[in-house]
Amino acid sequence: MSLDFIIAAIITVVGLTTPILLAGLGELVVEKSGVLNLGVEGMMLVGAISGFGVTVFTFNPWLGVLGAAAGGAAASMLFAVLVLQLNSNQVATGLALTIFGTGLSSLLGLSFTGRIIVPFLSVFPDWLAKDPVWRLFFGHSPIVYFAILMIPLTSWFLKSTRAGLILRAVGENDLSAHSIGYSVVGVRYAAIAFGGAMAGIGGCYFSMVITPMWAEKMTAGRGWIALALVVFAGWRTGRLLAGAYFFGILMALELYAKASGFSFLPSQFWAAMPYAMTVVALSFISSRGTAGANAPACLGKPFLPSS
Amino acid sequence: MTKISRRTLFKGAGAASLAALASPALAEDKVKVGFIFLGPIGDYGWTWAHNKGRMQIDTELGDKVETIYVENVAEDASAIPVIRDLAQQGCKLIFTTSYGYMDQTVQVAGEFPDVKFEHCTGFKRADNVATYNSKFHEGRAVLGTIAGKLSKSGVLGYLGSYKVPEVVLGVNSFALAAQKQNPAATVKLVMIDSWFDPPKEAAATETLINLGCDIVTTHTDSPGPLQILEQKGLHGFGQGADMSTFAPNAHLTAIEDIWGPYYVERTKALLDGSWKSIDTWDGFKEGTVVISAYSKDVTPEAAAEADKVQAGYKAGTYNIFTGPIYDQTGALKVKEGDVIADADLAVMDWFVKGVESAS
Amino acid sequence: MRIKLEKRREPSMAMLVITPVASVLLTMLIGIVVFDLIGIKGFKAVVDIFLSPLLASYKWQDVALKAAPLIIIALGLSMGNRAQVWNIGAEGQYVIGALCSAGVGIAFGAAGGFFVILLMVLAGMIGGGAWAAIPAVLRTRYNVNEILSSLMLTYVALQVLGYLVGGPWKDPNGRNFPATAPLIDAQTLPVWPGSTVHLGVLVALVLPFVFWVIMARSEFGYQVRVVGSSPTAARHGGFDSRRTIWATLIIGGAMAGLAGSLEFTGVLHKIDLGFPSGYGFTAIIVAFLGRLNPIGCLIAGIVLAVTYVGGQMAQTSVHIPNSTAGIFQAMMLFFILASDILVRYRVRIIPSAKAVA
Repeated sequence: MSLDFIIAAIITVVGLTTPILLAGLGELVVEKSGVLNLGVEGMMLVGAISGFGVTVFTFNPWLGVLGAAAGGAAASMLFAVLVLQLNSNQVATGLALTIFGTGLSSLLGLSFTGRIIVPFLSVFPDWLAKDPVWRLFFGHSPIVYFAILMIPLTSWFLKSTRAGLILRAVGENDLSAHSIGYSVVGVRYAAIAFGGAMAGIGGCYFSMVITPMWAEKMTAGRGWIALALVVFAGWRTGRLLAGAYFFGILMALELYAKASGFSFLPSQFWAAMPYAMTVVALSFISSRGTAGANAPACLGKPFLPSS
Repeated sequence: MTKISRRTLFKGAGAASLAALASPALAEDKVKVGFIFLGPIGDYGWTWAHNKGRMQIDTELGDKVETIYVENVAEDASAIPVIRDLAQQGCKLIFTTSYGYMDQTVQVAGEFPDVKFEHCTGFKRADNVATYNSKFHEGRAVLGTIAGKLSKSGVLGYLGSYKVPEVVLGVNSFALAAQKQNPAATVKLVMIDSWFDPPKEAAATETLINLGCDIVTTHTDSPGPLQILEQKGLHGFGQGADMSTFAPNAHLTAIEDIWGPYYVERTKALLDGSWKSIDTWDGFKEGTVVISAYSKDVTPEAAAEADKVQAGYKAGTYNIFTGPIYDQTGALKVKEGDVIADADLAVMDWFVKGVESAS
Repeated sequence: MRIKLEKRREPSMAMLVITPVASVLLTMLIGIVVFDLIGIKGFKAVVDIFLSPLLASYKWQDVALKAAPLIIIALGLSMGNRAQVWNIGAEGQYVIGALCSAGVGIAFGAAGGFFVILLMVLAGMIGGGAWAAIPAVLRTRYNVNEILSSLMLTYVALQVLGYLVGGPWKDPNGRNFPATAPLIDAQTLPVWPGSTVHLGVLVALVLPFVFWVIMARSEFGYQVRVVGSSPTAARHGGFDSRRTIWATLIIGGAMAGLAGSLEFTGVLHKIDLGFPSGYGFTAIIVAFLGRLNPIGCLIAGIVLAVTYVGGQMAQTSVHIPNSTAGIFQAMMLFFILASDILVRYRVRIIPSAKAVA
């Protein structure tokens, strides 16, 4: 195996990983605030179509990414109002958001089918990414760097800032956070909006970078993987990064195994691998108790102040 | 917004539903032809091509015929009421355009003996059910010829969906044609277990490229793989339609599914009463398979070879499945000079020598 | 003035009934307005989607066939949801159930008749239950969130289906298309003469009442409700929440398996790659639309089936794209969830000094 080969494989893995990493990171913050939003897939699709649409009209991919973030966040607000204002069931509301996002993106996308945009690839000068090793560092879409950068930023925010502390307090014990005088609902609105924006950006990675086009249901279930990642990571940002790459590598492995003609196992075995392995890894991590210990205590429960 | 009182709401509902029920009974001056589509008509692939065929009926026979369609119909039991619905709405001819509607079509056809049905890519017929298909693999032979001629590495990629005869035929046809130009050519095959999954199609294309393929052809429905090839400066082919807008440089040519002439012919047969249940498997000769214009990157030599294949198919003098043909293990499957019959092609489940696959 | 919510001691029965009806009506109303705004005949579209399938008698059997699996799966899921168990992998359990039925059918070869069909259906329930037992083990032993494990297992189930119908169970006369051989007549469910309505529809009509009795009258039903509403109280009352998790997940899986098996033996008679059609996911909406009540599930299943059948009718009559049916379903669910608060709370409007000033 040559160096070129390994680097090219890594670049494929980066492509498979970035969207789920972004969406997963957003969901992690949402869950840290005590809210479970199962609408990630729907928000990603809304992000994918808004990012693509804005880029078609403005010819500016940076605005497209902003549009994707805004689209995802707007979709998440539907969920937020129901869950925070009306105390509706979070699981069902999240599912409804996914169904809604799927339908809405298909409807909005009708007029964009068959159109293309310039892919939002590396913005570094060509000579920087010519050498394969350099390409590993300078050959990606800006969204990839953004995703990687957001990992330590989010970690720092949650651990070391006052706002992060409040957010975690709201997720751990909403009633006492409320009694000290913090706005539980306000914090959760912000967290849900952040989750929606990140899912939106993750979604636009499909429509603006990997395959610069719009197609119905083009995220093909990656939003669910992002949700699994959060549990998998035990609500820790560092582990989320590791988990996302673990999944990306498994998906790439499936394709490499098939293309290399490994015929001693049926092809469906390779296709089922990433999902089966996620379950196995989830069991392994959860059973050690570390994941359970990290789960925000108020996750998925409605906030019911007595006054 | 107009005011809606309870009374007007119900009155309106009653009137509208009465109208809906009455409409099939009203004297129709136009004959209705119905279509059931698998995907959205904007998928730029399979359904898009069928819808283009439908529109050709509108253009050519619009004064006598009205077409209606239903898109996104799942290939399960829910297709039955949809097909039945078209029949009840007064359609006299109904095209069901995906393999998965086979049993459903036959079932509904039993309930409506006066309505004619046409099922695409299946094999079950009845007095009022005809079947039709396209020899996509003839087009694959042209693509294989170009790929074999142009590929520098001699390693070609093939992105498949599922192991069904249509895909197996496509792979074999592509591989055999490439080997005629470059006897050492091999084809790496990846089945992604889906007809449509753009991120996976993209990743699979990158994988094939990394394993040495410099030309990748796709048998899945999205233009995603072409866009990856475009980014890498490599080449590929469009599937189902000219996809050059998605990848102006990577796109060498495409197999276009042209259903229009068949749809028009069958509708005419219905109108003049000559419609019969037949099995049609058309290719280049009948104009169902068409190759798009070659791009500038197809060398004159490659274009000449490709034209020869096209001309041969049109004249009936060329068949890629002419022996000797060996299977993956190297065993001789078809003797020198023998030709695989259409009936055997329709059930082919083995790959030829030089195809590297996981199943 | 401000709005104050007062918790009701008992959920309001009136609101429990009124809110779902109001949600459906509100969805229809908004649909009319929105469609008119985007240039589609709104009234006609909404009538086609919500009313035409009910008004045209020839559409009833389509609605029944579509509703049956939704109702059966939703019954199992709603029981789990009552106990705060979130199985969203019913689609996978549905597929495995159908595959188990097919396996039994293949094993019996040309034999058929009442007992063979009964065995096939039972195998479907056992298969679905067993597939759901995996998340149950993982949840009770390893503390794995069942939402994710059940969902991941759905993807695995789809690959199992792909392997079986494309490999060992491929129909030898099927021209090498990945599908099982069609069932012989003696292995299919009886059908109401002159229609496509099979015995499974009757099952879907009877089961809600069975579930209602279990939930409202039995010790087990009481346990499920207590575990769901107050885990601490359940512990004090000596209820084992693990047992409840096990029971509700397995019942949920068995119901999904039953639905898959009935769909296979009653309607499709073969399994191919198109077999999984999303009933397992849609049933989650049905469960909530029916307010996790068995009789509610029955009604909600019919309502949703109507929108499906109607959505397809509207495609040909007013040319609305298929995706709008999904938007309607989500909208109904949003309204139902939003109005949930009216069931549990009394809304009081209190004039305050600030508002006056």
